[in-house]
Amino acid sequence: MKHSKAILVSVSALALAGLTACGSGGGGSPLDAPTKAGSAGSGGAVVVGSANFPESELLMDIYAGALKAKGVTVETKPNIGSRETYIPALQDGSIDLVPEYTGVLDQYFNKAAKASDSEAVYAELKAALPATLTVLDKSAAEDKDAVVVTKETAAKYSLSSIADLAPVAKDIVLGGPPEWKTRESGVPGLKKVYGLTFKEFKALDAGGPLTVQALKNGQVQAANLFTTDPNIPANGFVALEDPKSFFAAQNVVPLITKSKVNDTISAALNAVSAKLDTATLAGLVKEVVIDKKDAEDVADAFLKKASLG
Amino acid sequence: MDWFTSHLDDVWELLVTHAYLAGVPLLIGLLIALPLGWLARRFSWAYPPLIVGTGLLYTLPSLAVFILLPGILGTRILDPVNVLVAMTVYTVALLVRTVADGLGAIPDDVRLAANAMGYRPIRRLLGVELPLAVPVISAGLRVAAVSNVSIVSVAAIIGVAQLGSLFTDGFNRDFFPPIITGIVACGVLSLVFDIVIVVVTRLLTPWTRARTAS
Amino acid sequence: MINDIVSWLGEAANRDDIIQRLGEHVGYALLATGIAALIAIPAGMWIGHTGRGRFAVVNISGFARAIPTLGLLYFIVLWLGPNLSGDLAFLLPSLIVLIVLAIPPMLAGTYAGIDEVDPAARDAARGMGMRGSQVLFKVEIPCALPLIFSGLRSALLQVVATATIAATAGLGGLGRFLIDGLSVRDYPQMAAGAVLVAALALAIDLVVAVIQRLVVSRGITGRHRTRRDRAAVRSTDDSLSTTTVTVGTVN
Repeated sequence: MKHSKAILVSVSALALAGLTACGSGGGGSPLDAPTKAGSAGSGGAVVVGSANFPESELLMDIYAGALKAKGVTVETKPNIGSRETYIPALQDGSIDLVPEYTGVLDQYFNKAAKASDSEAVYAELKAALPATLTVLDKSAAEDKDAVVVTKETAAKYSLSSIADLAPVAKDIVLGGPPEWKTRESGVPGLKKVYGLTFKEFKALDAGGPLTVQALKNGQVQAANLFTTDPNIPANGFVALEDPKSFFAAQNVVPLITKSKVNDTISAALNAVSAKLDTATLAGLVKEVVIDKKDAEDVADAFLKKASLG
Repeated sequence: MDWFTSHLDDVWELLVTHAYLAGVPLLIGLLIALPLGWLARRFSWAYPPLIVGTGLLYTLPSLAVFILLPGILGTRILDPVNVLVAMTVYTVALLVRTVADGLGAIPDDVRLAANAMGYRPIRRLLGVELPLAVPVISAGLRVAAVSNVSIVSVAAIIGVAQLGSLFTDGFNRDFFPPIITGIVACGVLSLVFDIVIVVVTRLLTPWTRARTAS
Repeated sequence: MINDIVSWLGEAANRDDIIQRLGEHVGYALLATGIAALIAIPAGMWIGHTGRGRFAVVNISGFARAIPTLGLLYFIVLWLGPNLSGDLAFLLPSLIVLIVLAIPPMLAGTYAGIDEVDPAARDAARGMGMRGSQVLFKVEIPCALPLIFSGLRSALLQVVATATIAATAGLGGLGRFLIDGLSVRDYPQMAAGAVLVAALALAIDLVVAVIQRLVVSRGITGRHRTRRDRAAVRSTDDSLSTTTVTVGTVN
């Protein structure tokens, strides 16, 4: 008798499990709803993604906030990873919009990219983009890759530009995001353009705490950080000059799926780009990274102040 | 603590998603592991390949599985389905052996007694062997539940939001509160899963309580 | 896919890299599991032998298992990293995480192994005039070896698989292929890395299985350890004895 009761309970448990499993496929789950809305092709929500560093997430929130203020339904997908991951996500429809930087994006789509000043890069980028993607207006805000050293290292080898590294690179360990190992705008390019052969390249993170920590503590002597990074002034790091313009102009620009663009969206995003400049962006990033405010709150405050929210 | 109290809504939302991504595969995985475990026990030739094969699955690094699955399944990169499938695979990897051993641990006397009472093989399996194997299977399920909760958080590296996003956010900003909140929330979730499994197991095995009561 | 993996593995340019990363990975795994074993196995023996602290084992093991690996790793990196110099800053945080991961299965395995030794065998040993430590070393430990090994093997598997995540915190090892491959979307490199990790886990498990066969007395592995023991496992349905049949995976 007891056993038959056990059967009953197990069968109902299994049935319940089966139902739950079906439910997950049928759209009754907490996850399905937003994702489906975002992938519905034209119309529906605009899914804004970001790369895996705070500034990108902040820009994502700014874009999302500006769109929301114009009545556009938005959904955010922060921290997707590096360009090599979020561009495919953009192309397969997982996301529709992502904050980008003109120079590196140009190099991503155009292996022969050679423009270095702001306007030329933007023009070259527009020509290089695949048919399904487009960029809206670029902003004046720039956040370039930089090779950064500590004040002590700069003094020791009397470094002020990347070119000064050439004679001493063999003693220097360079730290940067893993993609720098193979990316043209990373280690291979530095070798080609400046003739730098480093002692070692250490894969760390995209301008995150690992890189800052490693530079501070001497595990690496030079590192890739972003010029807007508040950790550079906070730690007295020196961003080396780039006389050969190896790092092309990097204006912040919204990269968006063409089929998603309409007048409301482009007007909203272009208005954001018009209000962003390098100092403003650096100030906002500092609030997130150093003052530990939420990116979303910082974005909202910026939009309110610029009367875009 | 300030950070936590001002982010209750966010944390709750991530927790719900996390519970979904870790919990649903637990149920699907169990449903798949039951017949596989039975096969492994029923046919001795099937035991080594099934146990070794499923065992091999959990040596696959989760990060690689999350990223490579879209290529195999044809799903989109950020689709949570990738995580659900990966977690189901890990659950099956853990449970097939447990189910097989649980069924195998049933004394021959019990089987013979069931035969003598006129149970046919299928009814004997569902009515006698499976219920008796519940404690072992449930213990395996508890391990799988805790392990799922931990592994799901890795998916934050590839941009699938859940409690693990608190880890990447805190790490990117060199900021402890989100990380600590995430760890505690994962612990709480594990505990909740554990309690649910223990309670369901007790309901399914009334005879064990009868024994302790007497 | 398989062709890509094979050709990536076969590429001469990758060979040195593979050998180096494989060596690092084995090193981390053995170091972490070794240190964890030095803590967990004596502790498990003491608890199993004296019967004291059983409650602590259950709770510590359960608690340690519930800590999400990624969160713990990031926490320790941010916390310890700034205070460490040289490569230690990358190694030590990851090592701590792996040790925390490896302790519960070995602790539980050792404890359960000693605890489940047939009381008759223990009494017989005492009856023969053995002292406490003799009972432990001559009877209980040999009898517990299968479960101690099972704990060791699950610890090793988890550590080998999880060491890959430590690559996000700057550690070397096979995880580099996954993280570096991910950052440039190099699928063959990632897949090859995953296959290498799985193959390594399997190889290590085989080696330990062979050692186990050599070390464990045949009187224990022989026909006696079949139905009766499994029945014993089933009847003690607390979470500890289950470590003997299930292996946690937290990779």
